Amino acid sequence: MDLGVIARNFPFMAGGLLLTFELALITIAGGFLVGVVLALCRLSSRSWLYYPATVYVHFFRGLPLILVIFWLYFLSPVVTGSSLKAFNAAIISFVLFEAAYFAEIIRAGVQSLSRGQIMAAYSTGLTQFQSARHVILPQAVRNMVPALVTQAVIIFQDTSLAYVIGLREFLRRVNLVDAREARSVELYLFAGLVYFIICSVGSMAGSRLEKRTKRS
Amino acid sequence: MGFINYNFDWSVLWRHPYGELLIKGILTTLHLSLLAWILAVVLGLTVGILRVLQSPPVRFFGSAYVHIFRNIPFLVQLFFWYFAAPLLLPASTQEWLYDNVPNYSYWAGVAALGTYTASRVAEQFRSGLLAIPRDQYRAAYSTGLTTFQTYRHVIVPYAFRIIIPPFTTEFLTCFKNSALTMTIGVMEVTHTAYYIDSFTWHGLETTTAASMVYLSIALCVVFLMSVLEKRIHIPGMIDRRH
Repeated sequence: MDLGVIARNFPFMAGGLLLTFELALITIAGGFLVGVVLALCRLSSRSWLYYPATVYVHFFRGLPLILVIFWLYFLSPVVTGSSLKAFNAAIISFVLFEAAYFAEIIRAGVQSLSRGQIMAAYSTGLTQFQSARHVILPQAVRNMVPALVTQAVIIFQDTSLAYVIGLREFLRRVNLVDAREARSVELYLFAGLVYFIICSVGSMAGSRLEKRTKRS
Repeated sequence: MGFINYNFDWSVLWRHPYGELLIKGILTTLHLSLLAWILAVVLGLTVGILRVLQSPPVRFFGSAYVHIFRNIPFLVQLFFWYFAAPLLLPASTQEWLYDNVPNYSYWAGVAALGTYTASRVAEQFRSGLLAIPRDQYRAAYSTGLTTFQTYRHVIVPYAFRIIIPPFTTEFLTCFKNSALTMTIGVMEVTHTAYYIDSFTWHGLETTTAASMVYLSIALCVVFLMSVLEKRIHIPGMIDRRH
């Protein structure tokens, strides 16, 4: 064991961790927003909204993320005539992919409420929008917070796939250091430990929220 | 616009030698994920049971396994098995490994995918076990069965039927995750699609075909499992799909 290899390359690898966080945060925000739109379409009774959103969700949930990344990588020059920057390509494929998972979490959150809630809201004279805004969404969001946190942790892990298009996020940098120093055991244990600590904090926050939701 | 300039050439999907490569890639994806799945089920059932047993150290071991494997990205685990794990072996075993196992990346992929999926299977299995009413255990014990017999004849067969839908999802996740083994050089279908592009510049066609492969296999699995689920449905339980 030579832990010096970690100390020597720490600033380089920490820089990658910053990019990992950046990728994760943009993906979570973008994926959630697209996911809300998809979920609303999936809940809609209008078939021209329901079917395209349903096909979208099943399509992306049936594919490995790594294939989506490559597919976009090959498709984008055909559509736009120029190739995307690695960072943009990663973000677009992550958002397109994770939105399908967010959509299902949000849809399940809304569907977990009893129909009586909607009926009661309508019968007090609230409009469709007001019912959604004041009755349905506040309850639905509370139900889905644990699942959203879990998804955020998964996204944080998934950003490591940006590795394949050469983005220098945390794992890529660990890999580069290993290529130079040939210290695989120390470096990959270190990478595992860093991800483990960050994801455990996220998972614990998720299960704490879950307990709180169940109690109230 | 580039769209007009791009000449689709779908013949890369069947033309020699690419057709054969793609078929080989599809088969590799299938047997790699099946082998990993077998490992995952055996290991996952064991860890899942450890997590619901009475003894605290055993439970701790079970939950440590699940937490470690679930909170580290699969890609990191894959690299660990491929780059680091052989270095932990004694030098003589390492030499033997490099001399006698030409497709080490394949086996590293099976090991990584199997042990990772096991942690997910264990969690699904545990929640299946917890969903079984306590009375089933009491009834089994009161007829004089030992702990092992209770699990073997009463609890596990019962839990198996409850967990078919989540297990179907986990199998498909395992199947999709097998694509990541391309990063350590396994020639499964995603890697093959990417590889053919480097000779033909027709990666769009091959990755589209690979997508169709994943989607159609997923459809088949979902269909087969829903038939199976209806067959062995536990009578008297509320239908799980409303």
